Amino acid sequence: MTPPRHAAVELDALVKRYGPRAAVDGISLRAERGAVTALLGPNGAGKTTTVEICEGYRRPDSGTVRVLGLDPVRDARELRPRVGVMPQSGGVPGTARAGEFLRLVAAFYAHPLDPAALLERLGLTAHARTPYRRLSGGQQQRLSLAAAVVGRPELVFLDEPTAGLDPQARHATWELVAGLRAAGAGVILTTHHMEEAERLSDQVVIVDQGRVVARGTPAELTGAERQLRFRARPGLGLDELLAALPVGSAAKESPAGHYLIEGDVQPELLATVTAWCASHGVLTEDLRIERRTLEDVFLELTGRELRP
Amino acid sequence: MSPAPAPAPLDLTPAPAAAPLSRMVRAQAAFELRGMLRNGEQLLLTMIIPVLLLMLFSTTRLLDLGPGEPVDFLTPGVLALAVMSTAFTGQAIATGFERRYGALKRLGATPLPRSGLIAAKTLAVLAVEAVQTVLICAVALALGWQPRGGPGGALAVVLLVLAGTAAFSGFGLLMAGTLRAEATLAAANLVYLLLLALGGVVFPLSSFPGAVAAVLELLPISALAEGLREVLRHGASLPVGSLVVLLVWAAVGLGLSACFFKWE
Repeated sequence: MTPPRHAAVELDALVKRYGPRAAVDGISLRAERGAVTALLGPNGAGKTTTVEICEGYRRPDSGTVRVLGLDPVRDARELRPRVGVMPQSGGVPGTARAGEFLRLVAAFYAHPLDPAALLERLGLTAHARTPYRRLSGGQQQRLSLAAAVVGRPELVFLDEPTAGLDPQARHATWELVAGLRAAGAGVILTTHHMEEAERLSDQVVIVDQGRVVARGTPAELTGAERQLRFRARPGLGLDELLAALPVGSAAKESPAGHYLIEGDVQPELLATVTAWCASHGVLTEDLRIERRTLEDVFLELTGRELRP
Repeated sequence: MSPAPAPAPLDLTPAPAAAPLSRMVRAQAAFELRGMLRNGEQLLLTMIIPVLLLMLFSTTRLLDLGPGEPVDFLTPGVLALAVMSTAFTGQAIATGFERRYGALKRLGATPLPRSGLIAAKTLAVLAVEAVQTVLICAVALALGWQPRGGPGGALAVVLLVLAGTAAFSGFGLLMAGTLRAEATLAAANLVYLLLLALGGVVFPLSSFPGAVAAVLELLPISALAEGLREVLRHGASLPVGSLVVLLVWAAVGLGLSACFFKWE
């Protein structure tokens, strides 16, 4: 009989307060192995606090946390070899050389990846002898990622793994994450990067002000809903157009000359819009039908105002 | 330009397991040692200043060091200074900045236990002290130093240095684990200078008023310098008083730092 396979992470009604403010205010979630779970949210939403509770750095004020079925604080010794951690920044002495640091971390594990091969995979071979403090921000990020995975963990926590990376480095990171997932490791990442969450994740958990405001696969979150956008001269009579469209449709102009039609976008709707434009002598430009993006969903849920 | 080689295949299949503790500690100790030997400011404190003091005051009569050869008085004091510079000053500053930059926190997420990290730091400190001792003794011998004490004295020296290392490490880690990194940097250098001046390293304690000297004798640096001097200059077998003073400092410093050290 094989022992039961626990979820990668199980959080139930997790709460963490700093003074009167709850940084994490009742988060529950379940993340599987062999899957990528993205915690998506604005700054200060509680993503990093949640991850640090899972890593055993902080104790929750209430609620339960299980990582690979274990308690991250009580069972820290058993968990440490099994869990890889990439902090948001830093964590390496400034004078340590990149290759030297990765070999050090590799020496803590019984069956590590080959540090040289990992540096190569992340495009750091040319910087193996560069002191950490002379690496660019993106190179430091990749070294940190390498250190999180070199021990061949069952589960990795990546806190904003692609913040500040150029497109090549971002793709190298994404490929490594996809490789971990395919090899059966669980990946929990936090990100602001919508494309990252959309491309990489099996599950997206949108967090705002310490609470889960939505969760699902990227497709579930963006839904089947489509929208129609076009550009034309400003000031079209949208009320008149709306009257011609099916009930439940919405039309708006924002900014001037940019039009958005939402609702049940079917072939008839497209025909109605173009016919209406033709009858008013309006030539549309950039007419397109698209799905809502995760960014649309995110902004709808967390608001468009800048956070203080 | 030749085309980039294909990325090496990496087997990302999970295979988690910690390495044996001894291997982790060896790797960390070697890493710490390389860091210490690469750090120019640290080498200034640990190697250059002690050797310069030894050469300056041995070859001049700037200080009244009492009867006998100056080098015989100075070498034990400079050895004590070397131990303090590595175990206290260097370790406090390096550990303070590791804490500040999250390096200690990051190590906390690896299988290396905290006890293993402390063991590795201690091994690295002892290795640097070995290098310092060889260097200082070589310079001293070249200046005509005639150590006494014999093989039994060598054992006493090792015991004193170990006790001194424990005492200085305890307070170095206490400072690094409780103060901001910048405050540690300033305070550790200040303490180095004060103890250099007041601890019987190059200025004999006998040049202070009696009551003051009696208090200064209880400083860890004075206990180490005087203890080493008893053995290497006067041929004592084991200066128990100095050893006890160092062990008390070690117990207090390590105890406080075990209680109050903050890892992040």
